[in-house]
Amino acid sequence: MININTKEITETIKMIRDQHLDIRTITMGISLLDCADENPEAACRKIYDKITKTAENLVPVGEEIGRRYGIPIINKRISVTPISLVAAASKTDDYIPFAKTLDRAAKTLGINFIGGYSALVYKGYTESDRKLIASIPEALSTTDYVCSSVGVATTKAGINMDAVKEMGEIIKKMSDMSKDNDSLGCAKFVVFANPVEDNPFMAGAFHGVGEGSSVINVGVSGPGVVKRALEQVRGEDFGAVAETIKNTAFKITRMGQLVAREASKMLGVPYGIVDLSLAPTPEIGDSVAYILEEMGLEKCGCHGTTAALALLNDAVKKGGVMASSYVGGLSGAFIPVSEDAGMISAARSGALTLDKLEAMTCVCSVGLDMIAIPGDTPASTISAIIADEMAIGVINQKTTAVRIIPAAGKNVGDKLEFGGLLGEAPVMRVHHHSAEDFINRGGRIPAPIHSLRN
Amino acid sequence: MNAILSVMGIDQKGIIAKVSGFLYENDINILDINQTIVRNIFTMVMMVDLSASKLEFGEIADRLNKMGDEMGVEIRIQHEDIFKSMHRI
Repeated sequence: MININTKEITETIKMIRDQHLDIRTITMGISLLDCADENPEAACRKIYDKITKTAENLVPVGEEIGRRYGIPIINKRISVTPISLVAAASKTDDYIPFAKTLDRAAKTLGINFIGGYSALVYKGYTESDRKLIASIPEALSTTDYVCSSVGVATTKAGINMDAVKEMGEIIKKMSDMSKDNDSLGCAKFVVFANPVEDNPFMAGAFHGVGEGSSVINVGVSGPGVVKRALEQVRGEDFGAVAETIKNTAFKITRMGQLVAREASKMLGVPYGIVDLSLAPTPEIGDSVAYILEEMGLEKCGCHGTTAALALLNDAVKKGGVMASSYVGGLSGAFIPVSEDAGMISAARSGALTLDKLEAMTCVCSVGLDMIAIPGDTPASTISAIIADEMAIGVINQKTTAVRIIPAAGKNVGDKLEFGGLLGEAPVMRVHHHSAEDFINRGGRIPAPIHSLRN
Repeated sequence: MNAILSVMGIDQKGIIAKVSGFLYENDINILDINQTIVRNIFTMVMMVDLSASKLEFGEIADRLNKMGDEMGVEIRIQHEDIFKSMHRI
């Protein structure tokens, strides 16, 4: 066959057909800075018009590309400028109409999610940040597609502990407000350290102020493909494991790069980045945990898991960077518990604990993701979990996040069922000793020193 | 535009005849063809040129998929660039 042989063609087809290889998302970032208006109604109108005009072809183009290359494109999404910046000029205390406007635009366009109902408060709050954050529980319980995030810490600024305290409180509130829906509101909300401006993945996507007026970012997937490739090198040393992951990540990313370029050309919007993250889904055979187990661990979460994940995360980046001219976003391996069949199984069996997950987040992208905890966990304990995770990000100069779900009315042994890509989450145990006095101190944990690194 | 057409499934008579008949009727030229049968599983990979065809790509894909369903085999057609990008630097 001209240039490409039958073996390579069959390999690609098997990746797509049997190993769940897909493009997880084409995300269009749209700046809303020019939509600010003193009159909140005028601002909402401008926001709706700008989003629906800029992204009017996003869904048809995504479908067209999927068909042309025979590759499933699972999500078409939009990220926007953090709404706390856009709404700051408006004379209003009520930000809910902004959330509803985003939701309405998402529905008009037929996209899967819209991210950016967000605020960045790592150094301090503006009035607008306060209003937005206070409105998050209601905004996420009364909309379908809106996702929200708050940046509370960076390596340069330290950790805003007032914000960390408030995050625990609003997560609790959100869990109660969406309790009839398995506390789903919390699954659409992320707390960040070192947030990135070009992340195409939800719930944490927003369009940063350093970005252009619009941009196309693409997130690839493919844990199943990596798992299958590793089955071919059972018993071989770690050199062979790393090499196999790199080769596979290269191929996956090349596909992402092709889709990103094509989408950018067809939409007339610049191509931003490919995010190389290995994003699992609850489908059997599409799990990051199973990759770790394939390396020789009896169950994800046992001793050795952090080392296995570190190798995986690094090899994915090395393979992916070579395959794409622009790599960005979160890029690494995701470990969302509810969205990964292997993680769910490990958590249910007790092999995987919250403490082990915290250790794992030191060596992979994202952080404590899609973890259900008992509904009666105090807000201060949730804040303390967030503070720990933020500290890991700040000290290690990496992005970390917390997307945690207090399961209203449920306890260890119960589970939350979200369905679809969000999966199901067994409720995990948290430590019972109190961090209340620690969290109540408030103020800011100073930025860390960058020399004398140990 | 060149595309890769692949057929996979249980061997039976007439697969090549039906597929190539469809291609002929719709002015799609076969540039290369490779076919194997391993343990009764039929695999055929063709490179085809769509530039003379009057049908839209999506229409071609839909009709081939339907033909595959009728025969109980999987027929896919994909732009060649996905294979090139994945397997060539």
